[in-house]
Amino acid sequence: MANTINPYLPEIVTIKNVIEETPNIKSFQVVFNDPERMKTFTYEPGQVGQLSVFGVGESTFVINSPPTRMDYLQFSVMKAGEVTAALHDLYPGDQMGVRAPLGNAFPYEQMKGKKILFIGGGIGLAPLRTLILFMLDNRADYKDITIIYGSRTPPDLCYKEDLNEWEARKDVELILTVDAEYPGWKKKVGFVPTVLNEVAPSPEDTIAITCGPPIMIKFVLQNLAQLKFKDENIITTLEARMKCGIGICGRCNLGSKYICKDGPVFSLAQLKELPGAI
Amino acid sequence: MADTGFIPKEKWGAFIEGLSTKAQVYVPCLEGDTVLFRPFGKEKTLCFERPANSPPKSVIFPQSDTLFSFTFIKDPDNPQKTEVELKEHLDFPKTIVIGSRPCDAKGFTVYDRPYTETDTPDPYYKGRREKTTIVTMTCNSPSAGCFCTAVGGSPADKEGSDALITEVEKGYFIEALTEKGKEILQGPGVEDGKAYQGDATKKQEAVHSMVKNPFGPKGLGKVSPELFDNDEFWDNAVSKCVSCGACTYLCPTCYCFNITDEQTSDKGERIRTWDGCMYVHFTLEASGHNPRPTKFQRFKNRVGHKFSFYPEKYNGVIACCGCGRCIRYCPMSVDISEIVSNLQGA
Ligand SMILES: Cc1cc2nc3c(=O)[nH]c(=O)nc-3n(C[C@H](O)[C@H](O)[C@H](O)COP(=O)(O)OP(=O)(O)OC[C@H]3O[C@@H](n4cnc5c(N)ncnc54)[C@H](O)[C@@H]3O)c2cc1C
Ligand code: SF4
Ligand code: SF4
Ligand code: FES
Repeated sequence: MANTINPYLPEIVTIKNVIEETPNIKSFQVVFNDPERMKTFTYEPGQVGQLSVFGVGESTFVINSPPTRMDYLQFSVMKAGEVTAALHDLYPGDQMGVRAPLGNAFPYEQMKGKKILFIGGGIGLAPLRTLILFMLDNRADYKDITIIYGSRTPPDLCYKEDLNEWEARKDVELILTVDAEYPGWKKKVGFVPTVLNEVAPSPEDTIAITCGPPIMIKFVLQNLAQLKFKDENIITTLEARMKCGIGICGRCNLGSKYICKDGPVFSLAQLKELPGAI
Repeated sequence: MADTGFIPKEKWGAFIEGLSTKAQVYVPCLEGDTVLFRPFGKEKTLCFERPANSPPKSVIFPQSDTLFSFTFIKDPDNPQKTEVELKEHLDFPKTIVIGSRPCDAKGFTVYDRPYTETDTPDPYYKGRREKTTIVTMTCNSPSAGCFCTAVGGSPADKEGSDALITEVEKGYFIEALTEKGKEILQGPGVEDGKAYQGDATKKQEAVHSMVKNPFGPKGLGKVSPELFDNDEFWDNAVSKCVSCGACTYLCPTCYCFNITDEQTSDKGERIRTWDGCMYVHFTLEASGHNPRPTKFQRFKNRVGHKFSFYPEKYNGVIACCGCGRCIRYCPMSVDISEIVSNLQGA
């Protein structure tokens, strides 16, 4: 937990590097001002943080660098409203507040020895990236890794450096797609759920993890069901407006579960038990 | 009998005034025709005759509370560089609430579970709660809409209180329930209570039967899952509601909040304010998506939280203490007890 004495009090970090991923997504690599804290800070893939721009407010972002690479913590921010716009105005050397880690993590222990299928869309690759890099850093623990990732146009693809690297690796299969034909684009064209059906991965011994815009998740879940994936082998992450991040303020609940504390990671089997989740 | 005491009627005022020299004392005060908990002052008109319009929840959970302040400090050597300094506000004064009702006190126990009994306790709530003594008064005249006995409470319930005061013919019988409550017995003018115990017990039993039970002779039963997930049921139940949110602000067990920043020049504060799940903006996301866009979904969440989700999380405890405020003060007369009653099916 972020701060056991006062969970509302952010810790101050300094931005070391800013990467322009797409026209409206920036990644921020940050380190704690307290160098000791950088050493004691622990988290698991899938956990999130609340970033503060003091005077503007807080918003929720997944820690998308893995715990196996602790030079910095990375958050990717898509411009959506006030806080995200203020974050986009920050540069290396600027400070912000972080409350992290919050929420649960991907069940990566249970994924050991299995084949892994990642299906992402747009900024939805952010939480998947943490787990992908974590698995690549522990490559022997997992069998085949397949990544299906799409965005509207090629410039909207996040983490282009990672994509190049994954494409070059022999132990990862990367399938990229964009929604429509685009000058110079030679890879797949079509929506992610459609491409998933074309690839038609076997559900045998496989865990599917998906994250992206709600409409994409909806069709991906349908198609995975058609491909005979079992509900408990489908993992996704949910979003809800968050404030406290510790299960109190009442904003993010689905029935008796709080996305900020019991989530954001759920299996489809768990979601089917929750009112109005899907 | 060290744990009981008695204050004669004529010494009641001096007793409260005495306590107010040692702690911040909140008492129900008559303002116009409204009874509200206010800091004690000699000029105030105290009113213990009926439940206050608004519960004393703001004493421990202020309507607006500064979580911390921040200051931007420019590096004198490098004007491009700004440091930010945070300062928490975690000092709370010793406080006594006198004249809360058993339902109000039970309200705090509903807060206690999510706010203190977790791995991330809320230091603002916990700090104030620990510094506050709740001196509850046995309800002498339940109001229209009260239904505490139907949800596990009673007009003389002790849960959540540090001391219980029962008005008897000649004065006030006090029963200390916790260590903090025992301190109250050290207040000015407190006499031996033994002789009044019997009268107090009789009074407590008499008021019990004055509270109505909206759920019929069998009491509150199980919520019908079919009705609970029936959109039409909720749409009908709440068609009158205007989403004003009064029910949430006046409810002793509603604890949702918002967090916002306020800044002037080089400093500012992060503030927590009451919020309510009946407001459309409560769950609205930046993309425009809203998981609870209609008022019936929001109302279902409010009732669901109190009668289904909270009990599911906390051993069946109902997060409504039956104070009846949301019923009495709803401008559209939406009645939660009637809706819950209907939810149980035939
Ligand atoms: C678990 C989780 C992980 C997320 N991870 C990422 C990520 O890695 N990258 C990314 O770009 N976005 C992510 N989001 C979405 C991101 O939090 C919102 O886009 C962002 O909060 C919008 O804030 P704003 O202040 O710019 O918008 P405004 O509309 O100005 O929002 C005002 C307030 O509403 C809240 N809010 C609005 N929309 C959302 C939303 N969709 N989710 C949560 N809170 C919201 C915030 O608390 C914000 O303070 C995540 C959301 C959740 C719940
Ligand atoms: S007080 Fe009545 S009208 Fe107002 S939000 Fe509550 S139920 Fe609706
Ligand atoms: S829901 Fe209504 S009756 Fe129940 S505690 Fe809240 S205000 Fe009182
Ligand atoms: S963000 Fe406050 S309860 Fe989840």
